[in-house]
This record gives sequence, C-alpha cells and structure tokens, in this order.
Amino acid sequence: MTRISDAFDRSLNTVAAWALGVLWVLPLAYAIWTAFHPAAYEARFDLFAPITFENFVKAWEAAPFARYFLNTFILVTLILACQFFLCTLAAYAFARFEFPGRNVLFALVLLQLLVMPDILIVENYKTMRFLDLVDTIPAIALPYIASGFGIFLLRQTFMTIPKELDEAARVEGASFLGVLWRVYIPLAKPTYLAYGLVSVSHHWNNFLWPLIVTNSVETRPVTVGLSVFSSIDSGIEWSVINAATLMTSGPLLIAFLLFQRQFVQSFMRAGIK
Amino acid sequence: MKATRFKRDWIHGWLLLLPAMVFLFAFTHIPAVTTLINSFYSTPRGQRPARFLGLDNYERMLADPVFWKVLWNNLWFALGTIPLSIALAIAMALWVNDKLAGRGFVRMAYFTPTVLPLIAVANIWLFFYTPGFGLFDQLTRGLFGWPASNYLGDPDTALNAIIVVTVWKEAGFFMIFYLAALQAIPVSLKEAAQIEGAGRWTIFWRITFPLLMPTTLFVSINAVINSFRLVDHIFILTDGGPDNASSLLLFYIYETAFRYWETGYAATLTVALLVLLSLLAIGQFFLFDRKVHYK
Repeated sequence: MTRISDAFDRSLNTVAAWALGVLWVLPLAYAIWTAFHPAAYEARFDLFAPITFENFVKAWEAAPFARYFLNTFILVTLILACQFFLCTLAAYAFARFEFPGRNVLFALVLLQLLVMPDILIVENYKTMRFLDLVDTIPAIALPYIASGFGIFLLRQTFMTIPKELDEAARVEGASFLGVLWRVYIPLAKPTYLAYGLVSVSHHWNNFLWPLIVTNSVETRPVTVGLSVFSSIDSGIEWSVINAATLMTSGPLLIAFLLFQRQFVQSFMRAGIK
Repeated sequence: MKATRFKRDWIHGWLLLLPAMVFLFAFTHIPAVTTLINSFYSTPRGQRPARFLGLDNYERMLADPVFWKVLWNNLWFALGTIPLSIALAIAMALWVNDKLAGRGFVRMAYFTPTVLPLIAVANIWLFFYTPGFGLFDQLTRGLFGWPASNYLGDPDTALNAIIVVTVWKEAGFFMIFYLAALQAIPVSLKEAAQIEGAGRWTIFWRITFPLLMPTTLFVSINAVINSFRLVDHIFILTDGGPDNASSLLLFYIYETAFRYWETGYAATLTVALLVLLSLLAIGQFFLFDRKVHYK
C-alpha cells in the first residue's frame, strides 16, 4: 500500500517539477524561436518555419553593439581586477591582524550589504560630476570596486586557513605580503572563482547606475545599449529586438550552459558563507 | 618584542585596509551621510546655491500622493514577490535535490533566468504581454476565448505583471541557496524519521523546513533588499505607468533626480528608503531570531 502511494507521490512530484521547468524555460525558448525565424512567424507557431540569422544581422547593423560589448568587457574586467585587489588586502587584514578599530571597521564593511551604491545614485552622481568622470567607464566601476560582500567572503575563507601554514612561511622568511601571495591566495582559489563568476554576471547585467552615468556610445554597456535600441520602438520588429536581447545575454548564457556545474556551485559557495 | 610585533601588526592592518576603505567611504558611507544632510536643503539651481529648508522636504514628502503611491506599490511588490518566490525556490530545491528523471534539464530551466540581465528579461516579457498578438493574449484567446487585454497598460494589472516577471527571475536564484542548505542536512535525520513511520509531508514540516530556517532568513533579507533595489525591468515594461501604478520607490527617486532634476527632494526620498530598509532588516532579524535553529 505505502509502496504504491509512494510511487504515485513520486510520479506526481516528477510531473510537477517538469511542468514548472517547462513553464520556466518557455519565455526564453519563445525568444529564441522568434529570433531565429522571419518576422512573419513571430506570432504564429509553425514547426517548419524557415530558420534565419537575418534578425541578428539586422540588430547588429542597427546599433553599435560591437562597441557596447567592448565597453561591457572593459567594465567587468576593470571591476573584477580592482575588487580582487582591494578585497584581498582588506580581507587579509580582517582575518589575520589585530589592530584597534578592527571591529568597527568590519561593521562598516558589512553595512554596505544593506546600504548599497545602487541606492545612493543621487550623491554618487554628484561625486562623479565633481571628479569630472561623468560618461566614462571608470565612473560606472568606481562605486562597486570596494565590495563589502567580496571582503566578507574572502575574510571567511582566509580564516579557515590553518595558522600553522602562515607561521611556517614566516619562519622561512616570507614578509606579510609574501605570506598573502604564497599561502592565502593560492588556497582561496575556489572562492576567487566563485566570487569572480558572481561579480561578472552581476556587473554584466547591471543597468540603473550605468544608465545614469553614461550618455554616449563610447561608454554605454550592452544593457543600456539594448534599452536604447529597443525603446526606439517605431518600426523595429519584435524578432529583431529579441535577437538583440539574446545577443546581449548570449555570452553569459553560453558560458552558463558550458560551465553549469561551476556556476551553480559558485553561487552556492558565495551564498552559504 | 611582543609589543613591537603588536605595533607592526597595527600598521600592517591599517595599511592593508586603507585602499578598500577609501573607496568604501567615498561611495557608500560619505554619500549616505551627505544624502541625509542634503535632504534638509533645497535643490541648487544655476547661480542659486542650496538653501537650508529644515523639514520642508519631509513635509512635502508626507504630503506627496506619489510618494505614498510608490511606497504602497513597493510593499505590494515585496509581498507579492517574496513569499511566492521563496515557496517556489523551496519546491524547486526539493525537486532538484531528489532523484528526479531529467534532473539536469529541470535544474537548468530553473536557474537560467538568473543569468539573464533584467533588462533582457523585461524585453522578452514585454513581447509576452503585448496586447493582441503577445503570447498571453494568444493563449487566453485560444483556450478561453478572452478578448485582447493590455496587462501593462491597465493600472489594475500593471504591478502584478511586473511581480510575475520578478518571481520568474528570482525563484531560481533563491533555489541555489536552499539547494546548498538541503545538501548539508544529514540523511540520518530523515532515515530516523522514516523508521518512526513519518510521511514525506511530516518530514518536510518537522525536519527539513525548520532546518532551512537560517537559509530562509538569509534569502528573505536578500529578497527584501532586492525588492527595493531592482527596478531595471520597470524602465522597459511600463516606465512606472500608467499613472505611477507600477512605479517603485527607487524608480521614483530616479525620476525625481534625473528627469525633474530635483536632487534635494530626491535625497529626502533616499533617506526614506534607507530608513525603511534598515527597519525591515532589523525587524526581520528579530522576527526570525526566535525561530531560527542554529547548528
């Protein structure tokens, strides 16, 4: 009796899980479908509709997407490099040094998890105008490079590294920076990978702040470029907009499909600690 | 010897922290303080510098119907998105954690929206919601013979339409945290319960769900912050309209500051947002604190 009800229960769960899964991919599948078919099929589902790449060509030619991609690439690289540098040093200080004000400063770092630069757009814009950085890529990056989340994550990782390794390296004559470079950073590689993936996908997708602080083709990242492109809604076909949409999310999506396991594990690792 | 070691530790610690702290203060702490200061001043215009207004901006805010409107919208938005996406996230995590046929596909399906930019997500859904030939209208016409409806253009449905998009985007993200938590629960607990004759439902409510409480606290704090922070899709889907029916607090701050250039009043609105966020974070912490079972 229980075995039958158990099997029934299990199959019911499988069906529900699949139904939700199908529902969840539907929007994306539909966008892919329209992007690869002529505009005439965008509201008409036909399994044998001809496949075309024309929508992608049209979108690519209609707006300077190549430049937008370059901007986004520079942006995420800049942010990631600065975050790794700043967060590593700060995390090392919090994890292994005793100094007055440590707890207060750490609380201030954690405060950034609540009071994020995303919310302080008005004042940060004023700062950028004061620094004469409006409409530059560094202006998009600067508010995010000292990441409270990154510092916290790396500190937690550094604290799990046995002190004996640290002391052994010091006995061999390594300086405090040498110890960081030769002991802590190599052992924290998985955390760097996890944080890197989270950071890149976050800043690739970021929109509001770049929208505010950029106003030219030379600085706009793809998200802002896409919104500019699709808001001139006169005459652009849906299939072309969908092609542009897929294009902007494409690199991240492909990377995700290829490295699915690492992605999921990275987000998990970034989340639990 | 000991003393000099300490002194050197101090200096090393401070030096290591210095670069990060400079940027942290420059773009988080100082702006937060100047926001508070500027909220008491008028907006400087051209030759006219900012004047001290006292509480005028706050009085204006309390009398501003749009402020109350977006505040209510935001609360509805939070209530509509958070419990639903957390419930879905738990269900997703339980399913994906189980031995399920085609688990890889299902997990990918749940998680994919998370890697898409919110702007791209909005574009995809905008097409869904298009009156007449969008997918929703085609489905409802085909299945129930309903007439075309403008989900995003109708003040009654615009916010709900945005809630649907947000739940779709966020549930898979939260699933990851639950998945991690589920994998940390010892199997022996479940087995013991099974020997005692407990059903799956009982096991979930008596064992799994309580053990997931710390995750729920973490996820819900994240979700609350997100519900005040993520407004990207509004730009594409409704632009806050019709008549602010789908505008949220941060979107209103953006409009006030960068469309009407009223930075003084925008600072006041930002203070309201910061106060609200802090209260919610503290409140949640205490609410959950009694129920959370730490290991």
